Amino acid sequence: MKTRSLVSIDDLITAEITKILDLAAEFEKEPIQDILRGRVVATLFFEPSTRTRLSFESAVNKLGGKVIGFTDSSSSSVTKGETLNDTIRTVNNYADLIVMRHPIEGSARYASEISTVPVINAGDGANQHPTQTLLDLYSILKTQGTLDKLNICMVGDLKYGRTVHSLLMAMSRWKTSFNFVAPEELMMPDEYKLYLRNLGLDYFETSNLAEVINMADIIYMTRVQRERFSDPMEYEKVKNAYVLHDNMLGETKPGMKILHPLPRVNEINTDVDANTKAYYFEQALNGVFTRQAIITTLLGLK
Amino acid sequence: MKNANDPKQLLVSAIESGTVIDHIPAKTLFKVIKILGLDRISNQITFGTNLDSKTDGKKAIIKIAGVFFEDDDINRIALVAPNAKLNIIRDYEVVEKRVVSVPDTITAIAKCMNPKCITNFEKVTTRFRVVSKKPVALKCHYCEKITDQERLEII
Repeated sequence: MKTRSLVSIDDLITAEITKILDLAAEFEKEPIQDILRGRVVATLFFEPSTRTRLSFESAVNKLGGKVIGFTDSSSSSVTKGETLNDTIRTVNNYADLIVMRHPIEGSARYASEISTVPVINAGDGANQHPTQTLLDLYSILKTQGTLDKLNICMVGDLKYGRTVHSLLMAMSRWKTSFNFVAPEELMMPDEYKLYLRNLGLDYFETSNLAEVINMADIIYMTRVQRERFSDPMEYEKVKNAYVLHDNMLGETKPGMKILHPLPRVNEINTDVDANTKAYYFEQALNGVFTRQAIITTLLGLK
Repeated sequence: MKNANDPKQLLVSAIESGTVIDHIPAKTLFKVIKILGLDRISNQITFGTNLDSKTDGKKAIIKIAGVFFEDDDINRIALVAPNAKLNIIRDYEVVEKRVVSVPDTITAIAKCMNPKCITNFEKVTTRFRVVSKKPVALKCHYCEKITDQERLEII
């Protein structure tokens, strides 16, 4: 029997997304359960991502499962030249489910085709990171009470940001209107704007956050990284234009929430943390419930 | 219609029965041969290349005796010879003419242009969904990046 994996958010139809989000809400009410007793989950992190790995391991441990795996490829057989094919086939003997992060794009899809147990993509290079998208959706649903017709303001690096691209594709199922706030060099790529136009969805682009901040139901912040700029002078010019401060939030909608995939560097000033509109740490907690929902769904336990 | 009336086709001898593939760009002849696996069969094959063509600049032509292609097979050459014309020959007569069309999926022919794609690291058969036929744009099944006509490489 072919097992079900989660490689890309597009693998899920809307009803399946809704079901996972409902299930995440159940796990939030009762996060400690014995559903995974006797099950082994392998976390194969071919590149380090402490945050994502801890979130998955927490999700498994709270459900009574065990975790095996490695935290970066220097401590695995990869350094001896083993192929991904061989690693996956071997781990299939030891685990009921594989969570994998790998720097090579498409590696998770490939692994899911070889594997006899479900594979969850925890990031394949710049390509996909569907559990991040699902936890973002869960956070939006939980704070707004709906996913329908929201205004989402995406800020920062919209060109290379994998999380904003996946979130855009996913949220477009619920008639979202988008505001894109980014420096000229890091604007949302044309293919995503074309995607929205084809769906008849509105978007607006600006490099001035103040212009659109008060319309937002959700502000999704991302990091603007120096190495993304061809001209370092350009970075110096814009680096402070995309930093959120508490004094910018006065006129924003009362129910607005600020999300960030973390880690944050300086793009959200720490004076925002005490504001009730700051939601990024709760968002990380939501990641545990969402991953519990995903794991149990793929294992057919829920 | 008889081939003998066409002076360009006289450059390679006529076949009794089989397939003539005409209007192949001269520079992609050997790719066409490889894609169709003509270098691995024992049938009689003649080809001409760098022939003058009114429409294509320099063209090539292949005559394969005793072989008739399925659409799915022949469409595989559409990536490198989009204007190729097939003449199906029986008893020295052209009994059918066909053109090629770009299929909806491409397997094991093209290389993904993304240097960070798994298909460029491990022995993985490449697979693409054709997102645009003219100009050709292929979306990689694995890394989900687009390989366009300009960057298209045949394996």
